[in-house]
Amino acid sequence: MTQASFPRLTAADSRRGFLKLGGVALSGTAVALLGGLPMRGFAASHSDAKASGDIAILNVALGLEHEGIAAYEIGAGSGLLSKPLLAVATLFKSHHEGHRTALIGAIEKMGGTPVQPKSMDDYKASEKLSISSIKTGDDVLRLAQRLELGAVNAYIGVMPSFADRNLAQVAGRLIADETMHWTALTQALGGSLPTPAFSFGA
Amino acid sequence: MSFQIASMLLASALLSVSAGAAADAKRGEALYAARCGACHSVADNGAGPRHRGVFGCHAATQPGFDYSDALKHSDIVWDEKSLDRWLSDPSAFVPGNMMVVRLANEPGDRADLIAFLQSVSQGERSCKPGATMPAAAITTHP
Ligand code: HEC
Repeated sequence: MTQASFPRLTAADSRRGFLKLGGVALSGTAVALLGGLPMRGFAASHSDAKASGDIAILNVALGLEHEGIAAYEIGAGSGLLSKPLLAVATLFKSHHEGHRTALIGAIEKMGGTPVQPKSMDDYKASEKLSISSIKTGDDVLRLAQRLELGAVNAYIGVMPSFADRNLAQVAGRLIADETMHWTALTQALGGSLPTPAFSFGA
Repeated sequence: MSFQIASMLLASALLSVSAGAAADAKRGEALYAARCGACHSVADNGAGPRHRGVFGCHAATQPGFDYSDALKHSDIVWDEKSLDRWLSDPSAFVPGNMMVVRLANEPGDRADLIAFLQSVSQGERSCKPGATMPAAAITTHP
């Protein structure tokens, strides 16, 4: 195959690895970015029906963020990740926590009720996460990779449906973060980058 | 090789439903995992309803899922035609439904997704079968 792929990141070569963390600056920036969600235009500018449609979409997104946080938490607690990968997982989890905060804020601002996370036991038992089949660090990464891809595509799929265009921009920023995660995870797994253009969404 | 067996099974299943359809359930499975998997799984309700048995069932009849009134009252039975319309634009097909998602704009992608949904609709079925369900789709596999 002629697909491009980065050299595989292992604990041993992590110091020159593509995934090397940018110190506190990255997570600090992430938090700052997420704190600055455009909140104008929520609620007041459109009808209740449109707002409730938007709230429903945001709640689906929030459910995915809850699930992603749980998956990273389970992965981080599994003892299966090497130190550098654990640091990456912790960083990505913090991004999802930032998303969660932003989504809850947006939903509440629009008069909606944010969906609650399931219990950790429910996440562990869910067929979708299939936690019981995780045996290695790569299994943890593959689960995260699958969830990130699912979230990217789901967000792309719902984006045209937002009545409030500011929310479409928020979705775009979520998509950028999740795509960044997917790419890093794919690289850490030694996977190939997609060959065709427009490989996300449809 | 299991892929060949799966395609042969699929080919015969498709032949009995609509002769000549060249849909690829295997590819459909991969598309499903990537594009639908955030909200759906075959086994469990999530943000969207579970999909086991969906092909040949009345819309909005998976137990335990809180469907929109729009889909509940839609009187749709899921077959190749209705699924194709649904996946190309759910809101145009059933206005007011809750799957405000467009992730299958290519006809070939839809055909493969539908072939996959059909392949997971053999056997156990928790939703309500439609009267017009093709005979092939009710056959239970061991
Ligand atoms: C963002 C979440 C989301 C995504 C992504 C999504 N769906 Fe759905 N889907 C839903 C919801 C919610 C419903 C229920 C709609 C209602 O009750 O109005 C649904 C309903 C359905 C139904 C009808 C099921 C029934 O029991 O009648 C089918 C079929 C379906 N989806 C297929 C798909 C396929 C195939 C994909 C991927 C191309 C997909 N969906 C992607 C959320 C989603």
